[in-house]
Amino acid sequence: MSKLQKAAIKRRDIREAVEQSLRARKRRSWRFRLVGLVAVLTGLLLLAIMFTSIASKGYSAFERTEVLLDIDLEEAVIDPEKTRSEEVLMRADYTGLIKTSLRKLFPQVKKRKQKRALYRLVSTGAGDQLRDRVLQDPSIIGSRVSVWLIADDDLDQYYKHGDSQSRLKDYQLQWVAQLNADQRLRTAFNSTFFTAGDSREPELAGIRGALTGSFFVILITLGLSLPLGVSAAIYLEEFAPRNRWTDLIEVNINNLAAVPSIVFGLLGLAVFINFMGLPRSAPLVGGLVLTLMTLPTIIIASRAALKSVPPSIREAALGMGASKTQMVFQHVLPLAMPGMLTGTIIGMAQALGETAPLLMIGMVAFIADVPTGPLDSATVLPVQIYLWADSPERAFMERTSAAILVLLAFLVLMNLLAIWLRRKFERRW
Amino acid sequence: MNLFVYFIVFVLLSIGAYWYGRRYSLGLVSRDRRRLHSLPQYYGYYVALWSVVPAFLMLLLWLFLDQDLIVHLVSAGLPESIKSLSPDELGLYLNDVVNLAKGNITSSEGDAIMQQAAAHYRHLLQISHMALGIAVTGSVVAGAAFSLHRIRPDFRSRPRVERMVKWLLVLSSSIAILTTVGIVLSVLFEAIRFFKIIPLTDFLFGLQWSPQMAIREDQVGASGAFGVVPLFAGTLLIALIAMLVAVPVGLMSAIYLVEFSGSRMRAWAKPLLEILAGIPTVVYGFFAALVVAPVLRSAGESVGLQVSSESALAAGLVMGIMIIPFVSSLSDDVINAVPQAMRDGSYALGATRAETIYRVIVPAALPGIVGGVLLAVSRAIGETMIVVMAAGLTANLTVNPLDSVTTITVQIVTLLVGDQEFDSPKTLAAFALGLVLFIATLLLNVLALHVVRKYREEYE
Repeated sequence: MSKLQKAAIKRRDIREAVEQSLRARKRRSWRFRLVGLVAVLTGLLLLAIMFTSIASKGYSAFERTEVLLDIDLEEAVIDPEKTRSEEVLMRADYTGLIKTSLRKLFPQVKKRKQKRALYRLVSTGAGDQLRDRVLQDPSIIGSRVSVWLIADDDLDQYYKHGDSQSRLKDYQLQWVAQLNADQRLRTAFNSTFFTAGDSREPELAGIRGALTGSFFVILITLGLSLPLGVSAAIYLEEFAPRNRWTDLIEVNINNLAAVPSIVFGLLGLAVFINFMGLPRSAPLVGGLVLTLMTLPTIIIASRAALKSVPPSIREAALGMGASKTQMVFQHVLPLAMPGMLTGTIIGMAQALGETAPLLMIGMVAFIADVPTGPLDSATVLPVQIYLWADSPERAFMERTSAAILVLLAFLVLMNLLAIWLRRKFERRW
Repeated sequence: MNLFVYFIVFVLLSIGAYWYGRRYSLGLVSRDRRRLHSLPQYYGYYVALWSVVPAFLMLLLWLFLDQDLIVHLVSAGLPESIKSLSPDELGLYLNDVVNLAKGNITSSEGDAIMQQAAAHYRHLLQISHMALGIAVTGSVVAGAAFSLHRIRPDFRSRPRVERMVKWLLVLSSSIAILTTVGIVLSVLFEAIRFFKIIPLTDFLFGLQWSPQMAIREDQVGASGAFGVVPLFAGTLLIALIAMLVAVPVGLMSAIYLVEFSGSRMRAWAKPLLEILAGIPTVVYGFFAALVVAPVLRSAGESVGLQVSSESALAAGLVMGIMIIPFVSSLSDDVINAVPQAMRDGSYALGATRAETIYRVIVPAALPGIVGGVLLAVSRAIGETMIVVMAAGLTANLTVNPLDSVTTITVQIVTLLVGDQEFDSPKTLAAFALGLVLFIATLLLNVLALHVVRKYREEYE
């Protein structure tokens, strides 16, 4: 073999070797790419699992089971003296009427314990429901009315899910079957969930109190953090000289953005409640704490918005004889406002979902009343979720999931608003 | 409600003052605005600022001081027998007085002296309210009169208003510093009080954590149960599990989305992943406690493993899910920042895409990635709701992820939620833990920033 031939063989070997290893390397590259794709899909899958598991648990809470009962509104029980005054009507024993009606429906039930089990099929709030009906139209007193009454949570769960772990006893299940056969059971829209405050009874518990509390908290947070954040951003971006003090402020803002939220709760507890003596559990304190927490977010977003306004605008305003303050407030600020508002909405969404600092300032108490002002004791939606998640009843789990759905709906709305604002007012200079 | 009323009164007052000042200045020059130094609205602003701002500051000051001052005065008027009580008992006594005066439910009905003190308190409160009303009104009137008195046609109101506005801006930007100072002071003071009862070394190196033991002083082990090591261990265990989920998934999806996927997939996959970051933590907590934990438990049972229903694994896994978008968006940014020329160079030498990524891009982006991971760790350590809902309460010193552990944040919440007496080591311990948490996250953030700055490769 000549040298030339040897070289040719060698070259072919190298080429073969390269081609072989290339196949392996390409396969490795492809595998790497696959791992990446799997990572993305894992993230999305987890998101999907979370949403579906919560939504599938929660959607049924928007419906409630109702029992149709024929009730004799005996005048002798409700209003024996025929005064028809509101006070008398308020105090009448409506629960007793419901019990009578149930007894009539199931005359076979005789034992005391069983009777009590029978009464338990209807919610303890059914009496109030009947009372409201009578108060609305006192002329129905003395007649026999058919009313759909709220069922107890055990019956509610059984009727909606029909599961084997029901807490209903066998004899109760027989009655339920009879009610069902008589078409005395139905599911209807659960208005209680949106109109009632918290309650120990799942079927009477609603999110109105928590929503109102959240509303006050967010109102205060917005009212304080928007002006404070925007003016801080204006100062830092437009007026501040480069010196130690400004640097200190900047370092501080960046650090505060990374401080765990629970530490803000400790601050609120020590400063607002113990030092300043503001009331515990009040939306005012919650708003103050969340203001401090969201300020860094708003300041950082507002500064970015101010930065995006081109210098030519500033120069033109100054050239026309505007003072620096006039330039900032009349020309730069309006142009930067959409960006600032977007940042603020995102900050508010963060504040709306925040739980931990509010636990610290005592917004975890059981509060059945709907708050009427920012100094009343209140709770907020995420804290309500936390409280319900702790309750052992299965019906509360359903309501927790439903409350989460409501919270997520609000967050989605806020984020869509932010995106819409950004799209609508985004300007390319 | 009072506050709202004050707020509305102030808004109305400032509008009125603005309107009057503007009219007044125009009146001075018989509506010929050219003869004024500044535009007429600046005279309005001037009057409004002078009448409202001092009064508002006074109101704030009063809100701070009145309670303390009145309680102090009441306690000065108490008979000697009560004044000679120990400070703690005196504080409780005064608390009862205040509650009695406010008509709240009190622990004791109160004797004649307490009734008298309560009446004294009510009386002082009335005086204070009246004095406040007079002072605020006086300050409004004085401010308005002073500013109106100074207005002349050649009065330079615009520069003055602008200076005042600038001071307001400075004030609001200083709130960030005030917040930090507030955090440090509030946490530090209570923590120092705690360390006076429990020595620092016992706290930092103790292996036992059972704060419930220390409610009553006569209980055994009242001072030996505040060792923070199990809490550190639990926190780190859960954070580690979270990182084991979040770093691979987050980093790989960032790499995939930047380097492999088309722009269309990137356009929808990235925002979808970031939805995970917007979900409130209480939702993750619910998911961990009521979905993941039972699944893990039954899965463990089916292979014969004892999984606690509050296992560190459940909390850690879900926390990992929460942190995925955090890691992925930070890595996304740094990978995107690696210049295209480096990729092109690597391809030109014959490297495949994968080789380019792990030989060129990842090393170049490493400082940023490490910084991002450190920030994610700090986030995991400070995360509260997931662990409160899904992790346990008992402090086990263990590395078994199937066991129940507790974390610093869980303990802060359990120590402070519910009834509290403010001087027991139990509640003070929460602040000491808060201090530890604050310092730990601060250090991690500083470290992350340092890593990013120091090892950043400068291109171009």
